[in-house]
Amino acid sequence: MTKAFFDHISTTPLDPRVFEAMRPYFLDRYGNPSSHIHDQGQAALRAVDQARSEVASLIGAKAGEIVFSSGATESNNLAVLGAAEGAGAGKRHVVVSDVEHFSVMNALIPLRNAGYEVTILPVDRNGVVDPDAVRKALRADTALLSVMHANAEIGTIEPIGPIGRIAKEAGVTFHVDATASAGHLPLDVREIPADLVTLSAHNFYGPKGAGALYIREGTKVAPRSFGGFQEMGYRAGTENVPAVVGMGAAAILAKSEMGAWAEHLSRLGKTLWDGLAAIPMLHYTGHPAERLPGHVSFWVEHVEGESLLLFLNMKGVMAASGSACSSNLRGHDEEDLVASPVLRAIGVPTDICTGSITFSLGKGNTADEVRLALDAMPGIVERLRAMSPTYLDYQKQQGKGG
Amino acid sequence: MAAGPYSEKVMDHFMNPRNVGEIDGADGVGEVGNPACGDMMRLYLKIDGGTVVDAKFRTFGCGAAIASSSMLTEMIKGKTVEEARAISNQHVADALDGLPAVKIHCSVMAEQAVKSALDDYDKKHAV
Repeated sequence: MTKAFFDHISTTPLDPRVFEAMRPYFLDRYGNPSSHIHDQGQAALRAVDQARSEVASLIGAKAGEIVFSSGATESNNLAVLGAAEGAGAGKRHVVVSDVEHFSVMNALIPLRNAGYEVTILPVDRNGVVDPDAVRKALRADTALLSVMHANAEIGTIEPIGPIGRIAKEAGVTFHVDATASAGHLPLDVREIPADLVTLSAHNFYGPKGAGALYIREGTKVAPRSFGGFQEMGYRAGTENVPAVVGMGAAAILAKSEMGAWAEHLSRLGKTLWDGLAAIPMLHYTGHPAERLPGHVSFWVEHVEGESLLLFLNMKGVMAASGSACSSNLRGHDEEDLVASPVLRAIGVPTDICTGSITFSLGKGNTADEVRLALDAMPGIVERLRAMSPTYLDYQKQQGKGG
Repeated sequence: MAAGPYSEKVMDHFMNPRNVGEIDGADGVGEVGNPACGDMMRLYLKIDGGTVVDAKFRTFGCGAAIASSSMLTEMIKGKTVEEARAISNQHVADALDGLPAVKIHCSVMAEQAVKSALDDYDKKHAV
């Protein structure tokens, strides 16, 4: 059976060229970069340094401004907690947007517990943060502003340029979570006044377990882990050398190929978007134009998201949902069932949030795979609606009987 | 075919739900919803001589909700009203070879639906 993976926003497949770059560091060049008195250690250190330059070049940074981490969650934690603490005792206010990832939002809990005040910036119905709202929210005691570059669930790209300039004028440290966008959208820290940028390797065809935090020279960030002096003291612990090398290789590929990827994804995404529009009562989410290439998100009236995804999976089509019922299957009890905070932030009612679907295309997807999804969707929607009491009621209201 | 956290039985009842539909002139109709995730289950019962002779459902919900609805209708057909009322969410979950912890509420919805439908039956047939 043909299979089509449309969940690249959760992870991308490792590019074989990246794997080849990593391979020697598993088997032959196994040294510890901190133990660089001998050849093995030196080889590892050189590899890490090279990867640092490669990742830096993806966003126009200097090599010394890149701190490797285990991924986006750790980078976001370090950015939020480290910058808040690093700002000093007089700055006890943090501003974030309402659509940030859990690794930003949940990092606010210990800050609140420590007495920090938090301002959550609302978004409009497309998920966009208003720069004027940012300007009004910033204060003399604001330690940090965090606004993501692009939202994984609804695809919306935030105006981080204007927002960053406002932060700079106010003298506030500006963190950009670029997990969903890095390697897919241009982001140059020489143009965007971001002080901290979160990057995740497996979101741009690199390995899982590898991430980075860009820390602009001079930005005060307190470390979150303690031990040796690896990663300029920001992050103790022996570097995951193969993963770091993979992230560097992925960054080089992304830098040279992202334009071609974006063109391919935009073309396929448009086919998907246009084809889905034929389904009655299907509503797109996120910004109609300012969105990640190849990202299509929507909800379908009278259809629950997980059920739709399970049927799609049976047809070989793998997509994702922002719905509570599908995204919390590993939860422990009903308390874990919360409607997607992102969809709630853009004003989608809770019961409708369960119908949220995200198709995120990747560079390896084909037109045939998109056709597979488009062929499968109408029948699945029809089947689920035939089971739905809400659709039955709707039909009766429309005078169409049961 | 099992899928992710679901048992083969859950997937079977999800993919091939039994007793989907309505019963014209149902003797008892129960409807329950879960505000946390927006699921809704509507159960129709035909009762003759104190026995559930037919049961049909319509459900808006996840795989576990649809499978719980389907299994419930299979379980209560042929049972007396008293026996049907005694069906618990655990009976439904066990019959499905278990549900993920976070989906137990779907079997609770099934238990509530049958109780709600039987309450409706009692109301309609109150002397």
